[in-house]
Amino acid sequence: MAGIPHEKYEPKTGFEKWVHARLGIGAMIYDTLMIPTPKNLNWMWIWGIILTFCLALQIVTGIVLVMHYTPHVDLAFASVEHIMRDVNGGWLIRYVHMNGASLFFIAVYFHIFRGLYYGSYKAPREITWIIGVLIYLAMMATAFMGYVLPWGQMSFWGATVITNLFSALPLVGQPIVEWLWGGFAVDNPTLNRFFSLHYLLPFVIAGLVAVHIWAFHSTGNNNPTGVEVRRGSIEEAKKDTLPFWPYYVIKDLFALAVVLLVFVVLVFYMPNWLGHPDNYIEANPLSTPAHIVPEWYFLPFYAILRAITFDIWFIDSKLGGVLAMFGSIAVLALAPWLDTSRTRSGRYRPKFKIWFWVFVVDFFVLMWCGGQPAEGLIPTISLIGTIYWFGYFLVILPLLGLVETPKPVPATIEEDFDRMMDEKYAKKSGAAATPAE
Amino acid sequence: MRILTAARSAGLLAAAATALALPLAASAAEGGGHVTDVSYSFEGPLGTFDQAQLQRGLQVYNEVCSACHGLKFVAFRTLGDATGPGYDDDQVAAMAALYQVADTSDEAMPGDTRTAVASDKFPPNESVGAPDLSLMAKARAGFHGPMGLGISQLVNGIGGPEYIYSILTHYTGETQDVAGVTLYENETMAGGLISMAPPLSDDIVEYADGTPATVEQMAKDVSAFLMWTAEPKLADRKAAGARNFIFVALLAVLLYLTNKKLWANVKKKKAA
Repeated sequence: MAGIPHEKYEPKTGFEKWVHARLGIGAMIYDTLMIPTPKNLNWMWIWGIILTFCLALQIVTGIVLVMHYTPHVDLAFASVEHIMRDVNGGWLIRYVHMNGASLFFIAVYFHIFRGLYYGSYKAPREITWIIGVLIYLAMMATAFMGYVLPWGQMSFWGATVITNLFSALPLVGQPIVEWLWGGFAVDNPTLNRFFSLHYLLPFVIAGLVAVHIWAFHSTGNNNPTGVEVRRGSIEEAKKDTLPFWPYYVIKDLFALAVVLLVFVVLVFYMPNWLGHPDNYIEANPLSTPAHIVPEWYFLPFYAILRAITFDIWFIDSKLGGVLAMFGSIAVLALAPWLDTSRTRSGRYRPKFKIWFWVFVVDFFVLMWCGGQPAEGLIPTISLIGTIYWFGYFLVILPLLGLVETPKPVPATIEEDFDRMMDEKYAKKSGAAATPAE
Repeated sequence: MRILTAARSAGLLAAAATALALPLAASAAEGGGHVTDVSYSFEGPLGTFDQAQLQRGLQVYNEVCSACHGLKFVAFRTLGDATGPGYDDDQVAAMAALYQVADTSDEAMPGDTRTAVASDKFPPNESVGAPDLSLMAKARAGFHGPMGLGISQLVNGIGGPEYIYSILTHYTGETQDVAGVTLYENETMAGGLISMAPPLSDDIVEYADGTPATVEQMAKDVSAFLMWTAEPKLADRKAAGARNFIFVALLAVLLYLTNKKLWANVKKKKAA
């Protein structure tokens, strides 16, 4: 809002003037909606809106579910079945909420990898990036606790495995675990506090989202070229940008409709595909499932956790795994300071591109490893994947900036946009010419 | 009926990949995991339950399964659901009257029972440690491949009812004594041994509609019935899915056209 010059809000009607003299809400809404947005944004810039939609969807469906859910070890599982069978439309609300979590994570992974490719984390957008990582952490905590609430076998055993991670910490580990549990095992107090926090955290996320948006509205959006919007005058800025409303609102809504089309297929035709069958068995502390696996969106980090199968000096393998898992997010948060390249966008970094796509493959390999039983080659593959994950952030990003010669970057966003349009129309006329020949 | 073999006890990827490629490999009793793909009426985007089949399946449940298993999440009244078994009120009341449930009225003593009514649920039955069957068709996956990714479920479904069908039809006829307990060899059960004696034999029930009661027929009917108990809103869900898909697709088309028109000015100006 501060950065890019743009026309100021002018209250027009008497009512607007009356309010504006007392509360700057009109100006705030105007500045937020009319923010000058680079006009060359591609389809990878839609995920922010999708994510905002997901958060709203999860909060609305969640509030309705809470009206019918009972957070008690003896009643939780049955209350979910009550929702599925007896509550009007309950099955729909529950399946939307359950798969909404998956949609949320699909969108956040696109969003994060978009940021990594186009260097959106680099100065001056470090705060946007850090807040984003915090949102992601809060999302993971919320999703984990939400998965415990139906009190199925995977709920219970997932909660047991993940809370037990903290016991790896020396001295304070076991007391922390018992403090988290509210007892000596995952039980009713654990379920109750997870329910409470699962309800609280989405509102924390909403607050963080507001700061996230505030931060990138202060700096302006990044864009595929990584070139900043010209800020000399309003006229100059207008050559590089379009107002968010209506151009990007309509574009994002179209993208949302397409994403929802896929979501409809998921919810109505394969609602349990991304879940685990064991979670339709009520939690039983006396019977451990053959394979305890987290939800798909945690699998890469679960693989990193299990990749450390050896002691490193005084750090035993369990603590090593926990440190690696949390460390893998920490290095993500530090990306703005680890990447030394002065060229922001990966589009103009030929070497970076290769390492980046290997990193994407690494993410999926780790995800696959996390879903397999930790035997045979899986721990070795997971370890290689883990080493690459850390290597990407701690070695490749710092060194690439020093050894790589980037390709020339367009002088302005307008130049890039015009090139795109030229190519588009050249292709069109070319395509039209072909059949005639 | 297509026959596929999916490796259940994954872990060895090579084994899983090979097993998928072999039609009806003799994976059999030592490991279990054989699942036969059955074609049900409720599969596919337009699938609905076959009412006659649900009624036959309920009959098998009443006369065979309920001896050891419960259906504690299923209310008798739902037997009247139009997209389910579709019984009328009198028939539902008669079905309920087959069962005794715990009497929790003020005058009752602990342990007292009374005849069930439509608003009751099927009684739980944990007398011999047999699991409740209400959700069994969603609590088991029949298909896991390839390489444990579960992608085949996009085509075959998750395979819960197929798993139940396969358990019921893939006894080898052999038994083993393990620590003084008789276990039955079963090609579907993980580990290849199950404590449930083969529950079905030809003509163990006499179907009211005259369908020949072969083991395969009964297994198919009762597994379809258990899919309904696990997911009673399945038909409603799929019907709603079609409506929602059409609505969202229409919305997407309108937004696409709006977006195209909106941006046409910006894009044309620069191309000139």
